[in-house]
Amino acid sequence: MQANKPEDFYQNVSKALAQPDLKKIIRRTTDKAEAKRAEAIANFPEFDNARSQGQKVKDHTIKYMEHYLAEFEKNALAQGTIVHWASTGEEASKIVLDICRQHKAKKVTRSKSMLGEEIGLTHAFDNSEMERIETDLAEHIIQLAGDPPSHIVWPAMHRSREDVVKLFREFHADPTYSEEITDLVRSARRDLRTKFLTSDIGISGSNFLLADSGSSCTVTNEGNAELTITPPKVHIVTAGIEKLVPSMAHAVPLLRLLTRSATGAEITQYITFHNGPKRPNDADGPQECHIVLVDNGRTKMLAEGMEEMLRCIRCGACMNHCVVYKHIGGHAYGSVYPGPMGSVLTPHLNSLEVANKQTHACTMNGRCEDVCPVNIPLPKLLRSLRAQSWQKKYEPLLNRFVVQSFAAMAKRPRLFQLLSSCGVIVMKVFSRKGWIKTMPFTSGWTRNRDLIEPESTTFMHQYKKMKKTKNGGA
Amino acid sequence: MSQKITNAGRTQSNAIECLNISEKKVGLFVTCLVNTMRPSIGFASITLLEQAGCTVEVPELQSCCGQPAFNSGDDEGTRQIAYQTIKQFENFDYVVLPSGSCAAMIKKNFIEVFKDQPQWLARAKHLASITHELLSFLVDVCHFQPNGIELDGSYTYHDSCSGYRALHVYEQPRKMLSKVKGLKHKPLNSHAECCGFGGTFCVKYSDISNAIVAEKVENVLATEADYLLGGDMGCLMNIAGKLNREGHKEIKALHTAEVLAGLAPQILGGKDAS
Ligand code: SF4
Repeated sequence: MQANKPEDFYQNVSKALAQPDLKKIIRRTTDKAEAKRAEAIANFPEFDNARSQGQKVKDHTIKYMEHYLAEFEKNALAQGTIVHWASTGEEASKIVLDICRQHKAKKVTRSKSMLGEEIGLTHAFDNSEMERIETDLAEHIIQLAGDPPSHIVWPAMHRSREDVVKLFREFHADPTYSEEITDLVRSARRDLRTKFLTSDIGISGSNFLLADSGSSCTVTNEGNAELTITPPKVHIVTAGIEKLVPSMAHAVPLLRLLTRSATGAEITQYITFHNGPKRPNDADGPQECHIVLVDNGRTKMLAEGMEEMLRCIRCGACMNHCVVYKHIGGHAYGSVYPGPMGSVLTPHLNSLEVANKQTHACTMNGRCEDVCPVNIPLPKLLRSLRAQSWQKKYEPLLNRFVVQSFAAMAKRPRLFQLLSSCGVIVMKVFSRKGWIKTMPFTSGWTRNRDLIEPESTTFMHQYKKMKKTKNGGA
Repeated sequence: MSQKITNAGRTQSNAIECLNISEKKVGLFVTCLVNTMRPSIGFASITLLEQAGCTVEVPELQSCCGQPAFNSGDDEGTRQIAYQTIKQFENFDYVVLPSGSCAAMIKKNFIEVFKDQPQWLARAKHLASITHELLSFLVDVCHFQPNGIELDGSYTYHDSCSGYRALHVYEQPRKMLSKVKGLKHKPLNSHAECCGFGGTFCVKYSDISNAIVAEKVENVLATEADYLLGGDMGCLMNIAGKLNREGHKEIKALHTAEVLAGLAPQILGGKDAS
């Protein structure tokens, strides 16, 4: 599947809405996620406390980012990890590929990391002489299918079980002929096991970077991060600088929020803290460890008053609860990050000019903010991006004209009342049996639904008349 | 009256202190959708507020709360509209709107556009502090319960997003509706999921909005209720418009205030409420 571009948002949306089963496929995952999250939160009375604690940890670390980055670097170096800094995605990708080439790697295993997608690592490997092996089950599926991810937690949610059966039969050396999920998982395990053990380099992301120890934490359900990281000689972590927290104690409330918000689980199967290369007495582990700390627009977000977005722990709850995401799916956004958090992030990773349409594809219903485990005011941030687009005149001219004309009327109440009365007269002309099926300049509305017929005159008109009669009668 | 007293300096607490509880002076902001499309909601609001012991005035120089400009990112346009609203309404004890989203606009969003104008910010904050959504105002502030209203049939309730999430309107309408004789509640699946209206969103992204409202309509129909009630004209117009386009005449959309004021029979008969 060719990846959609963010600038083609309108076309992407039409394409998505034309897929008859997409809505059902998405809901299969998001409805379950919603229900499980609700249950988990109901069983976790401290949720609101944890939430504000989590927010505080993030805000504090972001405020003293420089300090904690320096501390992290110092402690990571002390453990024997080699620390790299990348200001752009391209730079980060290049650093990773260069390390692999220095080691003459032929095969690299990768455990799921949205940052990896963000910095274009998957493409960079696919355009190289090296073989990239995705070890997360969902990433494995989309790699076989050649799809971009459609969700930050379930990147293959757009694929049905039938799709997976077909893909596995086509690509696995020893495929299953059953359609049972356990058999499919076994088939993937057989395929991946040998690859884990013969990989030259393991690449992972990180859920949290602990400043006081220089360690990196991965949170998975499949144990694939551990198998990606431990057997190969070299381990490379790529992580956004916002993943920093002061210490393990600070990561804990965030972990409690993360797993519940993402999947409704109290905890995932595997949570591992990785502490640099193998030490003399360690049973296993990589001989060499690298960590690439990636900025890619993050300090710019900080400078532009978007620091609240840097709290994001990538749980995906905002998209699971987004009514727009549920109908158009992740691919329509044309970005690694879809849904509400994506519509705020993409303009920073790409440009507002390219990705401003997404910021308008939101009804401002506030559900995302309601469920966000770190209280990110997503609608407010989207609105402020709209205000920036407005100032920079990225809005289509016609939209600007309509909004400006409306504002010009609304600031003159007398004129506004007069025009409202005229509006009623016009609507009356087009009304039949209480409804308007079609009328000039209302196609945005009447294309898909009828417009209710207004009463005989405006409220203000009726009200003044009523008052007059009352006063006259008194 | 001098400008000084009436403006920013006045806080809600001293507004309440100098208030004789039986004489709440309420400024009704009818909202532009109610003004043009459904005046009966405005009249129902007046009836209910008066029954609840308020003195109601409707300033003639009102227009729109400014959401179309605000949500489009036009801060200057929003300010221009907000200046008018603040001037018209800041001297009331309370400002009441029969709409969650317009009330939330004044309560939560005006302050966003006045960040750099301290004087207007203070006035906007004062206005925010006295502004209420109608249904929650009736219950939370006036402790009002309808009396002697009858309507046969069943209703389902769509909680509009701003009312529900920004202003926590949920129990209040249900509580009042439980006092309407003959009316039964049928819960709506996904009652607080957006209907896809979203103001300018529904025309800008008409097709996404359509997909969303189509699903809402499925949920509404599944209740087999006679009435769809809500507290926001925008959402009601959206859902009712889709119901009608799909040929479903069996369920009627009404604003909760219309039912509580006993106007339902008249409106369903196609008459103006005034
Ligand atoms: S914005 Fe909030 S809800 Fe969305 S992914 Fe980030 S942390 Fe989760």
